[in-house]
Amino acid sequence: MSSRTYIRYELLRTLRNRRFLVFSFGFPLILYFLIAGPNRGEGSIGGTGISAPLYYMVGLAAFGSMNAMLATGARIAAERQVGWNRQLRTTPLTTRTYFRAKVITAYAVAIASLVLLAIAGTVLGVRLPAHDWWHMGWLMLVGLVPFATMGIAIGHLVTAESVGPAIGGTTALFALLGGTWFPITGHGALYDIAQVLPSYWLVQAAHVALGAGGWSSRGWLVVAGWTLAFAVVATRAYRRDTRRA
Amino acid sequence: MTSDGIVLEGLAKSYGDVHAVRGIDVTVSRGETVALLGPNGAGKSTTIDILLGLLAPDAGTASVFGMAPTDAVDRGAVGAMLQTGGLIRDLRVGELVAMMASFYPSPLPVDEVLGLTGTEAIAGQLTQQLSGGQTQRVRFALALVANPELLVLDEPTVALDVEGRREFWTTMREFAARGKTILFATHYLEEADAYADRAVLMAHGRVVADGPTTEIKALVGTRTIRATLPEFPLERLERLAGVAHAERRGEAVVLTCSDSDAAIRALLAEAPGARDIEIVGAGLEEAFLRLTGEAAA
Repeated sequence: MSSRTYIRYELLRTLRNRRFLVFSFGFPLILYFLIAGPNRGEGSIGGTGISAPLYYMVGLAAFGSMNAMLATGARIAAERQVGWNRQLRTTPLTTRTYFRAKVITAYAVAIASLVLLAIAGTVLGVRLPAHDWWHMGWLMLVGLVPFATMGIAIGHLVTAESVGPAIGGTTALFALLGGTWFPITGHGALYDIAQVLPSYWLVQAAHVALGAGGWSSRGWLVVAGWTLAFAVVATRAYRRDTRRA
Repeated sequence: MTSDGIVLEGLAKSYGDVHAVRGIDVTVSRGETVALLGPNGAGKSTTIDILLGLLAPDAGTASVFGMAPTDAVDRGAVGAMLQTGGLIRDLRVGELVAMMASFYPSPLPVDEVLGLTGTEAIAGQLTQQLSGGQTQRVRFALALVANPELLVLDEPTVALDVEGRREFWTTMREFAARGKTILFATHYLEEADAYADRAVLMAHGRVVADGPTTEIKALVGTRTIRATLPEFPLERLERLAGVAHAERRGEAVVLTCSDSDAAIRALLAEAPGARDIEIVGAGLEEAFLRLTGEAAA
């Protein structure tokens, strides 16, 4: 059995869903220009030493790509609604291949979202050395792994009717508490909460520009922990999910 | 017996207080076409879900070609058309069938399946643009493309019109002729009668009869006599030669016969006032009502 065919068609399906793509790419871009545009001269936002265009570029790239990863859940919920998960279960398709196709598809949309925000960033004057772009990009791709497993878990736990608010709410919460809309600094309760959220570390990728050298070991631990936790939830939810709708 | 295709032994499954299946024993040989027949709620779909490994039974075992159902599925030995279910959107019919084919070790060529199921003409259409009948054909194509040893169909003709049904069964017969094992659930009695080698009748989660459809008819008498005969005691009719069962429907009586020739002679001798007499061959429907009625009592 070749998993390539399955992955190719999963990608094709996603690309054919124009409305999904327009919203996925459009919203972060619009928000970026609305928020960062008027503050483009701000050189150190909230005392972080990071310029507003760079900070919000990473913030909204995090927002958009998180959403793209979690949107897997919406696709899965729609499939479950028509009983497609049960149909797949009567085939030799393995759990591994199924997960792989879902994750690759999610990453394809997320990467496109990251690239678009990077282009938008340069429009607003973000200039970085090539290796900083790469470093930031890689950190964000790793930081999205927990959201890949989270998307699959949501898709198998939530119905098609409630998946919209579930994903929208999850993204909004993670974005807010992760520092997408304003930098979270200092030592308050908000800061303590943010530290254990994967979205915080996504946004922290911006610190590469300060020569900070990426995440602390705590960042890696948080990302690994969330990934593992939701991988377990997703696998269990998928295994259980054979009932008639 | 390793030659057995499917062996279900003592299967039971409950959903809370609802006993969907209460101890089912069914054996299907390789190459056999068997109908699982019964009204809604008889336990057909639950039985099929267990057979496909989608559901674990509370008690009993299911094996497919000597393997656990999930192992048979993993080897690509099973193709299934489930009762409820639609198609995923944003793929063309041909693409969806090709995607499904890619899951199996030795699938049928996509073009052959499109031809067999009469879906070549819609191969280029997106799945969300199909009618109910077209969707059903495509779902059949998805089951067939597996080129499975066992084909399981749960009420496959529900969304089809008369023409669609005839084409469907023609295709299925063609597939059966390749030596495949086929199990289909239906509540269309004529379908079981016409297309199955054998029928397993289910009611209230139990098997109430299992045998060749001809045998099942013989179980409850081969013909029915209906006559207008007001105010004639039923007990006297039931004692007539060749009558297995008598019941009253208003002014009319219906005699289920084990020997209708003897019964009609006896009836005319005993009750010369009988008029509007009809003698009809009992379809599977009669057999079915009789058997499931008794099981419920």
